Amino acid sequence: MSNLRIMVACKRVVDYAVKIRVNAAGTAVETANVKHSMNPFDEIGAEQAIQIKEALAKANGKAEVIAISCGPAKAQETLRTALAMGADKAIHVESNEELQPLAVAKLLKAVIDKEKPDMVILGKQAIDDDSNQTGQMLAGLLNWPQATFASKVELSEKAMTVTREVDGGVETIKTALPAILTTDLRLNTPRYASLPNIMKAKKKPLTKYTVADLGVDIKPRLETLKIAEPAKRQGGKIVESVDDLIDKLKNEAKVL
Amino acid sequence: MALFLNTAARRMPARLGRAASAVSSQIRHFSSPIDPSIGLTDDQKELQSLARTFADNEFAPKMQEWDDKQFFPDDVLRKGAELGFGGLYTREDVGGSGLGRLETSVIFEALSTGCVSTTAYISIHNMCGWMIDTYGSEEQRQKYLPSLTSMEKFASYCLTEPGAGSDAAVLSTTAVKKGSHYVLNGSKAFISGGGSSDVYVVMARTGGPGPKGISCFIVEKGFKGLSFGKKENKLGWNSQETRAVIMEDCEVPVENLVGAEGQGFSIAMKGLNGGRVNIGSCSLGAAQASIEAALEHVKVRKQFNRPLSAFQNTQFKLADMATSLASSRLMIRQAAMMLDQNHPDVASFCAMAKLHSTDACFQICDDSLQLHGGYGYLKDYKVNVYLRDARVHRILEGTNEVMRMVASRALLAE
Repeated sequence: MSNLRIMVACKRVVDYAVKIRVNAAGTAVETANVKHSMNPFDEIGAEQAIQIKEALAKANGKAEVIAISCGPAKAQETLRTALAMGADKAIHVESNEELQPLAVAKLLKAVIDKEKPDMVILGKQAIDDDSNQTGQMLAGLLNWPQATFASKVELSEKAMTVTREVDGGVETIKTALPAILTTDLRLNTPRYASLPNIMKAKKKPLTKYTVADLGVDIKPRLETLKIAEPAKRQGGKIVESVDDLIDKLKNEAKVL
Repeated sequence: MALFLNTAARRMPARLGRAASAVSSQIRHFSSPIDPSIGLTDDQKELQSLARTFADNEFAPKMQEWDDKQFFPDDVLRKGAELGFGGLYTREDVGGSGLGRLETSVIFEALSTGCVSTTAYISIHNMCGWMIDTYGSEEQRQKYLPSLTSMEKFASYCLTEPGAGSDAAVLSTTAVKKGSHYVLNGSKAFISGGGSSDVYVVMARTGGPGPKGISCFIVEKGFKGLSFGKKENKLGWNSQETRAVIMEDCEVPVENLVGAEGQGFSIAMKGLNGGRVNIGSCSLGAAQASIEAALEHVKVRKQFNRPLSAFQNTQFKLADMATSLASSRLMIRQAAMMLDQNHPDVASFCAMAKLHSTDACFQICDDSLQLHGGYGYLKDYKVNVYLRDARVHRILEGTNEVMRMVASRALLAE
């Protein structure tokens, strides 16, 4: 594997530590004046790509890591984070419209047709909408094999062996490249970008496309009817007897 | 239930990833009046965000344990050095990060929200590296700085003596040139990192009395005649050792003289200008974290059937604390920028910034403790550590009384 090109999708989302709020109209989560950062699963994806690059460099191979993000101008901050971690270049597909998973998958496909990566890594889902669709849809559009929910990845000549977290335990599969990989939490622990690398990140190349440049139809297919906060948690109750408890579980909680 | 837990574990992991943050979500909201990123450039915000994340993950969960056990976290320091914290304003050819003093201040402030004591030590280590980088020879830079910026080796700064504290220019440690060596005699008091550090930047007298007779030397642990006093037991700053550094016919090679003979006091004072901004920055972090802790507490704690935050006393107190933090931060950042500009009035502005910020931020820690009530006095809560750690900032790097001397001297100069 002499020269591997890895593309990593990096979505800008509301930071995981922010206490999210639903807007007054009940149509979306409040995003104004809220800290954003890279989707943590995408951060794991970026780390994986950089680890593959470093491992190849030790074996006299080469890899190029291309970070890509679709969204408003601020998505460039997320790309800069990926560049500071160690990505070589970045691509920003600018759009201020709502981008649903299918639209993102189509945009990614359009860029992939130009860049021809050997491997595309995405987070298994983004922590804002939890769709868990983009990677799979992209694999379908490209007609590439996919290895989702990866907890371990090993590369060999033009193929990868992936350990996946599935409901019953772990599953190991092998797939030829090019392929789609989506990351699960236990794949790795992302590094901190160092101070000098943060400063150098802004000198790395960043290419910009518009949706029109790529000729992709991003019209939403799904309509969000309502967004609501979870019901407030009720205080506990002390029951008199076991019979009382069983009665409440049966008739109030309706779990028995 | 099992099913529910399973689903939760699958949907929540990212939020728990990377060592769940111990910090409140308060500061995550950009609109807060205590947001330390207001006014910074995008680049500065990036550096700040890295430092705060590092502090949240690597310092904050351990701060109380380090304080309690008086533990020097050398492994965590080295981890930070991999990211560039070991030589923030040291040049890049020797492994430094090559940042300005304003960026450095922002980083120290963010780091100290997680542990003031550990960050303060990092700031002293940085100051020593900067002295060698700025005033040392090329040989000294290449010999010492790569292992200092990586924090493979640690450095301490030795100016204060038992008989020369505020009046530093009367220091009595002597250095007499004998052939290829200087022979140093005397002792240095209250040395942060004393005993655990590998490199000591020492001020000693090569000439006559007064500031012009002082020179600066690099002394290595292991040099003949260098020893250390007992480990001091302190109110705060417990994650770093403090000892006396004793030199008895200590032989230092002539090539370890930094700058020229007689230049030492000027190096020491230039270092202290920056040191004062660094220490003030550490106070800002203590105050920031104390306000965050107070905000968390007053929303949860109820008395008279209302959360403390519903009482006007609490509200006004919090507003005063935020105002005081904002004014301290402005003064520190202005002084930091003046260091970067090499402004002629830098000494008095660094002194005023240190005076104001270390007094005001200590008061903020105390106010936070008061808002915590009895809980604030318990070591289970963090605010007592911020209070004890920040207390010493009013004493060291020149006491706040000396800061008044520096400022008034500049005011009355003709």
